[in-house]
Amino acid sequence: MSESTPNGNQPMVQLIGVHKWFGQFHVLKNIDLQVDKGERIVICGPSGSGKSTMIRCINRLEEHQQGQIIVDGVELTHDLKNIDTVRREVGMVFQHFNLFPHLTVLENCTLAPVWVRGMPKKDAETTAMQYLERVQIPEQASKYPGQLSGGQQQRVAIARSLCMQPNIMLFDEPTSALDPEMISEVLDVMIDLAETGMTMLCVTHEMGFARKVANRVIFMDEGEIIEMNEPEAFFHHPQSERTKLFLSQILSH
Amino acid sequence: MAKSTQLETRRPAAVERPPAVRTGLLGWLHQNLFSSWFNSLLTVVAVLLLARVIPPLLNWFVVNAVWTATDPAACKEASGACWAMIHEKYRLILFGRYPYEQQWRPLLGILVLAAVIGVSCNRTFWKPWLADAWIGVLVVWFVLMWGGVLGLPFVPNNLWGGLPLTLILTVIGLAVAFPVSILLALGRRSRMPVIRVISVGYIELIRGVPLISLLFMASFMLPLFLPTGASIDEVLRAQVAIIMFSAAYLAEAIRGGLQAIPNGQYEAAHALGLTYWQTQRKIILPQAITIAIPSIVNIFIGLFKDTSLVAIVSLTDLLLSMRQAIADPLWRRFFVEGYIFIAMIYFCVCFFMSKYSQYLETQFDTSRSR
Repeated sequence: MSESTPNGNQPMVQLIGVHKWFGQFHVLKNIDLQVDKGERIVICGPSGSGKSTMIRCINRLEEHQQGQIIVDGVELTHDLKNIDTVRREVGMVFQHFNLFPHLTVLENCTLAPVWVRGMPKKDAETTAMQYLERVQIPEQASKYPGQLSGGQQQRVAIARSLCMQPNIMLFDEPTSALDPEMISEVLDVMIDLAETGMTMLCVTHEMGFARKVANRVIFMDEGEIIEMNEPEAFFHHPQSERTKLFLSQILSH
Repeated sequence: MAKSTQLETRRPAAVERPPAVRTGLLGWLHQNLFSSWFNSLLTVVAVLLLARVIPPLLNWFVVNAVWTATDPAACKEASGACWAMIHEKYRLILFGRYPYEQQWRPLLGILVLAAVIGVSCNRTFWKPWLADAWIGVLVVWFVLMWGGVLGLPFVPNNLWGGLPLTLILTVIGLAVAFPVSILLALGRRSRMPVIRVISVGYIELIRGVPLISLLFMASFMLPLFLPTGASIDEVLRAQVAIIMFSAAYLAEAIRGGLQAIPNGQYEAAHALGLTYWQTQRKIILPQAITIAIPSIVNIFIGLFKDTSLVAIVSLTDLLLSMRQAIADPLWRRFFVEGYIFIAMIYFCVCFFMSKYSQYLETQFDTSRSR
């Protein structure tokens, strides 16, 4: 039990020698990563490099086959209780929003607090409205996701995760499916969230966002962490050839 | 700078009305009936055909029909339909061999059932108390039909027949089969091999045999396996066969809906910490069932009509009670009217189900504002 109580020095997320295969395909190769409380990590890399898979392992949407993943003191194993504990503490935002289309925006936000946390419905609604205000769409609360723009939907998705009051937020390419003019409204919300001291792991290619909020930027390729550094150093003095090539490709436009 | 002011001063394009179309009766006629020489020809042919068909039908159905007569001879002379037969026999058709002076009980039963169905159709009443109301209504229904309490004379259920029997076989059949079918559909997609194999086995086995054979097995073979002396009620046996049969079909309709749900919905639910059953109940099934409404209603309608097969195990459903009613040698020649009469009853119920499902589909369509 003492293991699950967080203390100041303990890392929020710890990956130790993590391996994962999809069939014969080796997606994650010996990943070591430690994320401290309040740290903001941006993960980039070419498609198929395993970056999404890595953060999806952190809330067990994918199962790792070797190594250890410890989230806020709880190790992810086949123990369903641990998985539930971790999922309650870890929020996730997806590329395609994955809002529940049959529920209103407000219901999307209150569902998990009521059913998972056992929060009274009234309290859950009050909390939900606070977070919807924070992502600046309280006026859409009674609408259905299908009636909102992509940017609005993604902001609802962020609010929905925050309603569970997680300690860690995972972002899996949150702006990749958005029209260009909607990207900044989502990034603004994420920057705002970063300023509150939330521990964040973001898979994204928004390098401006990385420069602004990240403590560390990670470059992954072919299932490995190739390079990990502070944004300044990462962008101006990349160490590896693969990082240089990747950066020249995404920054050249 | 100069460029941007130019941009700002540019006037937006004027809003124009859509091109005018010819309206009014003539415009409609032209557009829909006489838009080309071929369409005009079709219109003329169709009108001629209708002119040939409608008057004789109208004559038979209405003009020359005999509406009330206690004597079949009056019908024999007329060239139209003999609705007098229905007038004479409708209680036998609707209630079968249920004791004549007690037939107010099945009638009341039908009305109570219809009332609770009507209430259930309104989405705003989908609250927990509705389930209690249903249980209450079913209790009332069986008390009315069986009697033996509250001073109502006992009526054994081999005397039940007609519309009440058809309705109750359908209503209970669907009400029980629906939850079973959800479990079967989930079981078929389960990651646990034993559950999956059982579900697949059940669905394929039941779907692979005709309802008639299930009814036969339930009513003639089942007693062979029971200890001597023990017996299961005949109506109950048929009811179980109907439930088993429709559960297999419904399960496949619901599985179709389940397969249309994108994986992201499961992932989002899991990421929020919802358990398997919470995910199914709150996220997946509401969407899957909405998608499956057309095929579910298709099965409901099919099942309602298929209940007439219980006649084969000598239960007097609506169809059989009509046939027994026209077995009367005096009225036997007017069987067509009998079939038309019950066809209309079947049609009304099925049409209602179909219309209601369309209404539900628009209700659940959240992509449009309401």
